[in-house]
Amino acid sequence: MVVRVQEADFDVGAELAALRGKDPQIGALASFVGLVRELNDGAGVSELTLEHYPGMTERALQAIVSEACRRWAIIDALVIHRVGRLLPTDQIVLVAVAGAHRGDAFAACQFIMDYLKTRAPFWKRELTPEGARWVAAHAADDEAAERWQT
Amino acid sequence: MKLKILYFAGLRETLGESGEDVDLPAAVGDVAGLIRFLTARGRQWEALGTYRNLRYAVNQEMARLDTPVVDGDEVAFFPPVTGG
Repeated sequence: MVVRVQEADFDVGAELAALRGKDPQIGALASFVGLVRELNDGAGVSELTLEHYPGMTERALQAIVSEACRRWAIIDALVIHRVGRLLPTDQIVLVAVAGAHRGDAFAACQFIMDYLKTRAPFWKRELTPEGARWVAAHAADDEAAERWQT
Repeated sequence: MKLKILYFAGLRETLGESGEDVDLPAAVGDVAGLIRFLTARGRQWEALGTYRNLRYAVNQEMARLDTPVVDGDEVAFFPPVTGG
């Protein structure tokens, strides 16, 4: 189980190949890639800066991945989250889960993403024609995370 | 009691500080007490007491208002997270 917080971009194909390796027990590889959009909350976004809390961010991501391993039968998982200055169409985050079957791999991947959005300390600041602004948290993200609490 | 305090994102900009080392009276026993102590210094620090949806972490774990703080702890204050 690997989590990485980095400024550099990542190669999804190479990361997925590394995650599955040559393990013949893996029958399912589920992944999600988050990207910078050019429009957010009604305003054009020309640039996004991601801030994090070094130390706590990595610990929070590890805890989320560990919780996914406890809840579902998965073989391995990977989270890469970028920080620093990003532009529209840039990759922000990769979550990938390898398992024997797709059901657990899909569910664990979605769970990790939903928890990451509400529990991992990252903050987005976007540049719009009206100036820079901190992105507001959305209630829909809290609701997405809460549905896993049963 | 000495604590390391950190401020992140929009809160850091509001306060004009990314962090500070503070020496507290022993009577400050939890996160709520710490917020009262920091806010009582006035000026820009009053914003900490009224900041909407303020979040806190003690030693890099999400905390609550009644989470205890002890000598040497690292306490962080920040807005709701917006990663992903």
